[in-house]
Amino acid sequence: MIATQIFFLITGLVILGSALMVVTTRNLIHAALWLIVTLFGVAVLYAILNASFLAVVQVVVYIGAIAILFIFAVMLTHKEMRDRGPQLNNGWWLNAIISLLTFGGLFWMLQSWSGVSKTAADFPSGFDAVGQLGRALISPDAFVLPFEVASVLLLAALVGAVYIAFNRK
Amino acid sequence: MIPLSWFLILSAALFSIGLFGVLSRRNAVAILLGIELMLNAANINLVSFWRYGDVSLMAGQVFAIIVFAVAASEVAVGLALVISVYRRRNTVIADELDLLKW
Repeated sequence: MIATQIFFLITGLVILGSALMVVTTRNLIHAALWLIVTLFGVAVLYAILNASFLAVVQVVVYIGAIAILFIFAVMLTHKEMRDRGPQLNNGWWLNAIISLLTFGGLFWMLQSWSGVSKTAADFPSGFDAVGQLGRALISPDAFVLPFEVASVLLLAALVGAVYIAFNRK
Repeated sequence: MIPLSWFLILSAALFSIGLFGVLSRRNAVAILLGIELMLNAANINLVSFWRYGDVSLMAGQVFAIIVFAVAASEVAVGLALVISVYRRRNTVIADELDLLKW
């Protein structure tokens, strides 16, 4: 057991524990706060994987924007939800079995795949991951078209969100 | 070093937890929380396949960024729908939103 492995295990336990709290806790504000813990753990995983830009974007976009949006939505729709019966629907045990089967199926598929125990090679010397990522995003023979499509999707979604939530009265 | 399987198993577990949340929660906002967990699990997979494959191919990270954009749009539209429904019908419980049920 080397230090990175122990660090990974701690991060994984934090992610899974807080994700379980997200799906089971009664108070939705607490669920949104646990979601922030999960997202931060995923940002730590990106840092372990040397994806530094994605780790920063995870903190800024997911925690700074999406999680806060969730907290706003919970506050705007909060009224008496806490006292109105169970938070899980009647067939939750069936859903738990379905989820466990999904996990079991994925685990079994991973076991039967040959590349699963691969370890990461070191970066080649002088390799600039962030610079490469930036060039890949705007280069015409790489990913400029998906990037622009994502921008248009974001714009359309924001216009649509304003239109749907707008109070006409 | 950490083997690739650890990341894949962790993301499979996170995906299953998110799936359970989507299927079992009664509150529409909590269902969206479960969807966020599933999208994050997919992102962990994308980034770890980038790191453990050929690092000069940036497709994994670029696709993770596109997943970020999709997640942001999905949350914006989804929460706008929830708030709009709450204004008209005064509930956010998914079982009670049965206007289109025949």
